[in-house]
Amino acid sequence: MEKGEAAMSTGPYSAKVMEHFMNPRNVGEIENADGVGEVGNPACGDMMRLYLKVEAGRIVDAKFRTFGCGAAIASSSMLTEMIKGKTVEEAQAITNQQVAEALDGLPPVKIHCSVMAEQAVKSALDDYAKKHP
Amino acid sequence: MTPIFFDHISTTPLDPRVFAAMRPYFTELYGNPSSHIHDQGQEGLKAVDAARSSVAALIGAKPGEIVFTSGATESNNLAVKGAAGASAEKWKHIVATEVEHFSVLNALIPLSNRGYEVTLLPVDTDGKVDPEDVRKAIRSDTLLVSVMHANSEIGTIEPVAEIGRIAKGRGVLFHMDATASAGHLPLDVGEIGADLVTLSAHNFYGPKGTGALYVREGVALESQIDGGFQERGFRAGTENVPGIVGMGAAAAIARDEREGWAAHLRRLEGKLREGVGKTVEHLHFTGHPTDRLPGHVSFWVEFAEGESLLLFLNVHGVMAASGSACSSNLRGHDEEDLVASPVLRAIGVPSDICTGSITFSMGKGNTEGEVDHVLGTLPGIVKRLWEMSPTYLDYQKKKA
Repeated sequence: MEKGEAAMSTGPYSAKVMEHFMNPRNVGEIENADGVGEVGNPACGDMMRLYLKVEAGRIVDAKFRTFGCGAAIASSSMLTEMIKGKTVEEAQAITNQQVAEALDGLPPVKIHCSVMAEQAVKSALDDYAKKHP
Repeated sequence: MTPIFFDHISTTPLDPRVFAAMRPYFTELYGNPSSHIHDQGQEGLKAVDAARSSVAALIGAKPGEIVFTSGATESNNLAVKGAAGASAEKWKHIVATEVEHFSVLNALIPLSNRGYEVTLLPVDTDGKVDPEDVRKAIRSDTLLVSVMHANSEIGTIEPVAEIGRIAKGRGVLFHMDATASAGHLPLDVGEIGADLVTLSAHNFYGPKGTGALYVREGVALESQIDGGFQERGFRAGTENVPGIVGMGAAAAIARDEREGWAAHLRRLEGKLREGVGKTVEHLHFTGHPTDRLPGHVSFWVEFAEGESLLLFLNVHGVMAASGSACSSNLRGHDEEDLVASPVLRAIGVPSDICTGSITFSMGKGNTEGEVDHVLGTLPGIVKRLWEMSPTYLDYQKKKA
């Protein structure tokens, strides 16, 4: 860590948000993913694409690419950690509040980033259901 | 390394000489200028008068034409609402531009609710308003034209002298918001032909909470704060003596040193502009390439969101600003506060590929070494964001 990094304040975000923003988990894509979800729109400031690998009804891998603010990237990263190892049903039940709480909260104007994470997993699971009827 | 402050457009550090000038007026010379019957009050009055002369000299005004306020927001409100309040019923039309500061644009809202008609002029892709558009917009019932001297977000200097001539020719008041330019650009109210000019002390190394409005002799304004008769009746309330003293000291320093600062800042600006243009792909500069505030470099980068860029820059010790869709009001109360920058919209930046511009605004204390640090840091940050971005991935696949 550079000297500047150690002294940094987290600004409007929790330390957890900054930690996930700086070191996002599971960035990338999964080739031949079992489910892909995409939500948001760059024109609105953020866009998230989520890739899932599902084996025997359980999410064994998740990767994401996100265009967006610090909260959007941290929410994406946190979401992938939360859903890995969960069954499809368990992942379906994840709410935006759970994502926000796992990040030690988000500023009020950034709640939509956690909503985007919830929508992304639902969208990816819909895609999975279509591909695996 | 020491953090690098490249956000002088938001505020500037108080010059230590200004602080030294202000100090006695907190604890020793605390007199109220209105109580000038006694010695303490006399000291306060003398200090305010001296500061008034100094601020007037910065912009080629007479001391009696300077009204001290709490800052640029109050000055803009006083100019716009005060001019409307003091004018007869028949003057019902105001002309401004789409790129004015919120303290002008939002001050116009209650006026339009009261029956005033407001014409907001567009700007070109460099952010300049066409004086011809001003000429065409002026009607027989136009009261006021309000155009900023220079834009804080994209740095562009507006053709204010031409606009001043047009307004004068038609007998219309001309208000110029010089918040970003005063103390940095040559500014002579006579040459520009302005009737009202907004000034902010903390934008030229003075204290926060102090500003001024130049009010040309003979121009009538309705006070927006009712109370006593301070500031010739334009602004009630006991004067912020230490702040006013600070503004006077800052104005005197700026008058002596402005040209030296500008030369230094033009060098830094050229180096930073050339450097980022060379090292960062998909980068688009905003604002006019040459008619701009000294030391101001602004741009946006495709596939990289503005707030994320700022957060990473901050982690690397670089403080900058953004007019980004996402970060413009992070401490707002709800998502309604997340509005895209009206300035970026006005210059026609496509909203589907740009959600944030970066503004580097350097000050007199910045160095070439700091520019080098930014140039060494920014390309890596952009790359890191691109690697996370689905839109960059799509772009690359399309290219391949």
